[in-house]
Amino acid sequence: MSLIISEDIRKNYSAGEITVEALKGLNFTVEPAAFVSFIGPSGSGKTTLLNLIGCLDKPTSGRLTVAGAEVSRLDRRQSALFRGMNLGFVFQDFNLIPVLTVYENVEYPLLMVRNVPSAERRKRVMALLDSVGMADHKGKRPDQISGGQKQRVAIARALVSDPKLVLADEPTANLDHETAYMVINSMKRLRDELGTTFIFSTHDPKIVGEAEIIFTLEDGRIVDTRKAKGGKGDA
Amino acid sequence: MLDLFRIAIRNLMRYKRRTILTASLITIGVVFVLVFISVSGSFKAMMIGQITDSMLGHIQIHKKGYVSSIDNLPLTLNIKPAAVKRIEEVIGQIPEIESHSKRIKFGGMFSTFVETTTIRLNGVYPEDEFRAVPLLPSRIIQGKKGLARGEILLPDLIFKGMNVNVGDSIVVVATNEDGSVNGRQFTVSGMIESATGPGGRDGYIHIEDAAEILRMEEQEISEIALKLHDFNKLHEIYSMLQDKLGEEKNQQGKPVLEVHTWESLSPFFNIARMIDIMTFFIKLMLIAIVLISIMNVMIMAVYERIREIGTIAAIGTMPEKILSLFVLEGFSLGVFGAIVGNLIGMGIILILNVSKITFDFGRQTGLILSPSISGKEMLMISVIVIVVAVIASLQPAYKASCMEPIKALRHT
Ligand SMILES: Nc1ncnc2c1ncn2[C@@H]1O[C@H](COP(=O)(O)OP(=O)(O)O)[C@@H](O)[C@H]1O
Ligand SMILES: [Mg+2]
Repeated sequence: MSLIISEDIRKNYSAGEITVEALKGLNFTVEPAAFVSFIGPSGSGKTTLLNLIGCLDKPTSGRLTVAGAEVSRLDRRQSALFRGMNLGFVFQDFNLIPVLTVYENVEYPLLMVRNVPSAERRKRVMALLDSVGMADHKGKRPDQISGGQKQRVAIARALVSDPKLVLADEPTANLDHETAYMVINSMKRLRDELGTTFIFSTHDPKIVGEAEIIFTLEDGRIVDTRKAKGGKGDA
Repeated sequence: MLDLFRIAIRNLMRYKRRTILTASLITIGVVFVLVFISVSGSFKAMMIGQITDSMLGHIQIHKKGYVSSIDNLPLTLNIKPAAVKRIEEVIGQIPEIESHSKRIKFGGMFSTFVETTTIRLNGVYPEDEFRAVPLLPSRIIQGKKGLARGEILLPDLIFKGMNVNVGDSIVVVATNEDGSVNGRQFTVSGMIESATGPGGRDGYIHIEDAAEILRMEEQEISEIALKLHDFNKLHEIYSMLQDKLGEEKNQQGKPVLEVHTWESLSPFFNIARMIDIMTFFIKLMLIAIVLISIMNVMIMAVYERIREIGTIAAIGTMPEKILSLFVLEGFSLGVFGAIVGNLIGMGIILILNVSKITFDFGRQTGLILSPSISGKEMLMISVIVIVVAVIASLQPAYKASCMEPIKALRHT
């Protein structure tokens, strides 16, 4: 069964009398362990879509099923619970917690969301810090490491609770090209190791080539679906 | 919970100077309250001690109606011997009463053979009186600190105004209950300084001399003054006496006796009460300080961290966890302020005690200020501070917990 099933989802924003149609009826599916990218110019609806998939917002109409749950039916608490259990997030601005160390940032979801016992926490945090190559920096604060390193820590944080799906909205927008490339590659390698589904958005055509399935958004519509490099996940 | 606490402390340390400033404000408030309570409490206790131990006693018993006409010292409102006996039985049953002194109070004429004036006198058993009001001897500022039959202790106003000396012979003339006049000669044994309040300008003679002047066939009593072992049991013993003596009824079934604590006998009670009211308002001020300073800090903390709140909410932190994270910050600030405030307050109180600051009360000079604070009081103030700190952080914390993650994440 597909991990994500989107059936004619629409999203309108109304600001006063003006209504903006951000998404105008999207139909697509994403299979487990896929490495998917949504590409499109600014304002095309990428963030809106990722927020819907990420259970942070609700579609105006249509059916959106993520990991077997119809997310538009979940209330506030259920949404929070669902995100904590099934999803990982990587943000454009990294959004690490500045008062916590690298180690503690990665530990945070296990501690505050999942209530995992401490021995198990240690094991998982260290394993992921190793995977993203940040184990040597575990005692540092976010302001003591570079942007690329921050994003690798953020990826470790997103993966630490073993989610089914990681959503990354423009994860490389604040990184130089080389670092961006490395970050996307880390994600891909982790997908290979862990089998986690990754969805990222970008408006940078250069790094989008790393994705296996590329949906192109334009003005709230999917205008192109491309499979590249014959990845594991097929749309 | 411990991990939540650790994060809360880290967040407080994020803006060290602001946290220290707020904690200092709370600390200063706590110190101020503690020092005020201890100093005013010490002053109050000393004042009450001075008043009750130099003339009033802790509790007084009279015939019904006596206190309201105490200015006239009415002989018609004396307690009859049978009733006195029953009162003494009741007193004997209450071990908390340390001692009691019976007094005959009356007004008369005082003559030095040259000049004449009016005088108010207490007839007492000197040993009983000195036990019930132990500071009385210290009020005798000339002559010997005692009183034998045939001797009179004169209040300073008469002593000086009438130009008498210790050892002089004088005459006291009084009208008794039946209206017949009688006089008796006394030797002046000393001068007693005035005190404020009823009975503060009275002279003293031996009770048997008083009964003789007033031609009492049986000794009647105007007033019985009581001293308790433990002043803190004042109201307990008072109501006990009320109950037991209230059984004493006349033919109409009305109570014959009345019991008063020093509070309803001395104008200084109002000062004592004022000190209590001031203490209350100072506590209110402390609450306001804690409330406003913590609310201010927490509102700022929430505002500064909106994106962070969005992040942790997005990754699935439940609202109540976010709430407790912020409440714990306010709580920690309160605990810190309370602990440091208590320590510094205790230090200052100790220093005040060691430096033996003196003050004067009435004509008593050189009273040493000995402020003290009970553990109960310190605990109560700490609890108030911490509870108010939590209440102050609840609103900002609740606001944080209700934030929509996407809106919070978009915030710049
Ligand atoms: N909260 C909002 N209120 C109103 N309009 C919005 C809101 N968020 C996004 N939009 C509009 O929806 C459209 C899609 O925006 P977005 O999803 O942010 O695009 P992208 O992430 O691709 O740049 C844009 O026209 C944008 O102006
Ligand atoms: Mg966007």
